[in-house]
Amino acid sequence: MSRKTELRWRGTVASRGLVLGPVVVRRSTEGTARRQGTPDEEWQALTDAVERTQQRLQGLAETADEMAAEVLEVQLAILDDEGLLDPAREAIEGGAPADRAWVDVLGDLIAVYEAEEDEYFRARAADLKDLRDSVLAALNGADEVPVATEGSTAILVDRELTPSRFLEMDWTRFRGAALTGGSATSHVAMLARSRGIPLLVGLDGDLSALPQAVEAVLDAEEGWLVLKPEEATRAAFGQAVAARAKEAEQQAAYLAQPAETAGGRRITVLMNVDDPGAVEALDPGHCDGIGLTRTEFLFTGSSLPDETTQYQVYAALVRWASGRPVTIRTLDAGGDKPIAGLTPDGEMNTFLGVRGIRLSLARPDVFRVQLRALARAAALGPLKVMCPMVTVPEEIVQVRELLSQVIMDLRTEGTACAMPQLGMMVEVPAAALRAGGFAVDFYSIGSNDLVQYVTATARDNGALAPLHNPRDPAVLELIGRVVKAGAAADREVSVCGDMAAEPEFLPILLGLGLSAVSVAPAALARVKATIARFDG
Amino acid sequence: MSGIAKTMETSEDRQAAGEAVISHKIGLHARPSVKLTKLAKQFRSAIRLRAGEDGAWIDAKSVVKVMALKVKAGQVLAFEAAGEDSGEAVTALVALVERNFDEPQD
Repeated sequence: MSRKTELRWRGTVASRGLVLGPVVVRRSTEGTARRQGTPDEEWQALTDAVERTQQRLQGLAETADEMAAEVLEVQLAILDDEGLLDPAREAIEGGAPADRAWVDVLGDLIAVYEAEEDEYFRARAADLKDLRDSVLAALNGADEVPVATEGSTAILVDRELTPSRFLEMDWTRFRGAALTGGSATSHVAMLARSRGIPLLVGLDGDLSALPQAVEAVLDAEEGWLVLKPEEATRAAFGQAVAARAKEAEQQAAYLAQPAETAGGRRITVLMNVDDPGAVEALDPGHCDGIGLTRTEFLFTGSSLPDETTQYQVYAALVRWASGRPVTIRTLDAGGDKPIAGLTPDGEMNTFLGVRGIRLSLARPDVFRVQLRALARAAALGPLKVMCPMVTVPEEIVQVRELLSQVIMDLRTEGTACAMPQLGMMVEVPAAALRAGGFAVDFYSIGSNDLVQYVTATARDNGALAPLHNPRDPAVLELIGRVVKAGAAADREVSVCGDMAAEPEFLPILLGLGLSAVSVAPAALARVKATIARFDG
Repeated sequence: MSGIAKTMETSEDRQAAGEAVISHKIGLHARPSVKLTKLAKQFRSAIRLRAGEDGAWIDAKSVVKVMALKVKAGQVLAFEAAGEDSGEAVTALVALVERNFDEPQD
């Protein structure tokens, strides 16, 4: 028996989760050791490999979801390019082996994309390398996927994992992966997150010395791969994994059901959307609609998004929700989310500055574009518009005026549109104190900012953590007041901050009479399970 | 929004040309390149394109070549086609660029 102590490799968490199991080590290579044939044989080998890869990718594309299908579509289009193999043919006729000739075909394009600053192009370079390696693997007769025994909890350890490789792996046999390369913003990281496969990237370790089947703990929460874990480590993680798995299993049973408390009270469970692109992969039946869509992501480029761009994003969400309400928050820039050319420079205290609806009202040129896009998308289904950082009723009056104006304009132009419901975020204590005095259709309590403003503690200041307390009686009193004001005026009140997703705080909110929450997609099952346990 | 675009056809020699401005913030990236070349392949005419006045002409039906151009937002994409359906080809390609490739800005 080896008495060696455990080996801990640091990694960056790309997709959260815990796995305890044997490692399956792959050492994907670019360099290859084929035996070279005559030019005719080499050309035949290459065209065969390309054809096999086409068939493989087409097979994958048939079952892939939208995001994966996009990657595959680009790869297939490249293989369909008639002139693609011309330089390879020339090289082979000049004496080059098929693999070398093939690597050079995509080499320039990969180099050009890799050299880009833009993250987007670098991610596409990874997709191109994936294609290069797929054909190489086919050339070497190695286009099969790594295998682990059925029912095992194997952890794949590799240098890189490409999107197509990820998609064809049987993830019932592998429970997680750790890569020495990769990035948390890659396609593979997105795929892993959307499928709940724990993934570590940028692993700080040497794979060449790692034997197969060594037991390991993949801690994709703290960012460790622990090889040959000591008894204590293994026991602790084994328990955590088992507890987590059992918990997830119990929670999953609630996912497709409407949420109801043990006392039979129906609770509306909405979803927060950060990335509209990721929504397509989710089942709208798992939620009662979208309670918060952050639109800041639209404003991250060098220029502000135009009306059509915004409309397409909003319309896609309304279509996805198939009749369920879709709440879209108007631009919440400022605070800790500055946008160049839009938010003011040099504010002493950005959290108390020109942010949220204050900024939108100060920039009607930008705001009007967003309102037009929203009013147009409202013609397609129940779309709700929500304003952040509202402080006084006059702000809502101004938003309504602007909204009426853009709707009049759109009607004059003959463009389809509808008046959406208009609601407000309750984050500012002044608004919470007199919520009933605002002419809105609904309220959504932004608990993160509300706690920050009520307790006068910055969200990101660890030294003040004990004061930054969502359970503070003053915070709870304000939330209770908003819930009451909503009930009195028959307006929906939801909580869309982190508080709603925490099993620790959610029962308190339900106890205050709250009947709607909005949480991240990954938290839906847990939240529904917590609600089911609530006795009231 | 897309900029101006024009198409013109001289019916005698069956040639056509047109141009449009790339407006997507990432520029002509992978997926739009695929859409563009797929559309180009639907026409029998030979079609070439270039980005900017100094750009080299490349085959509009080759996705690898189109992707390698890395056309940036704001650059003018010029098309030239020769063949019996050259007019339709250029009109369709210019329209695709002007519709921003039917893509959201993602």
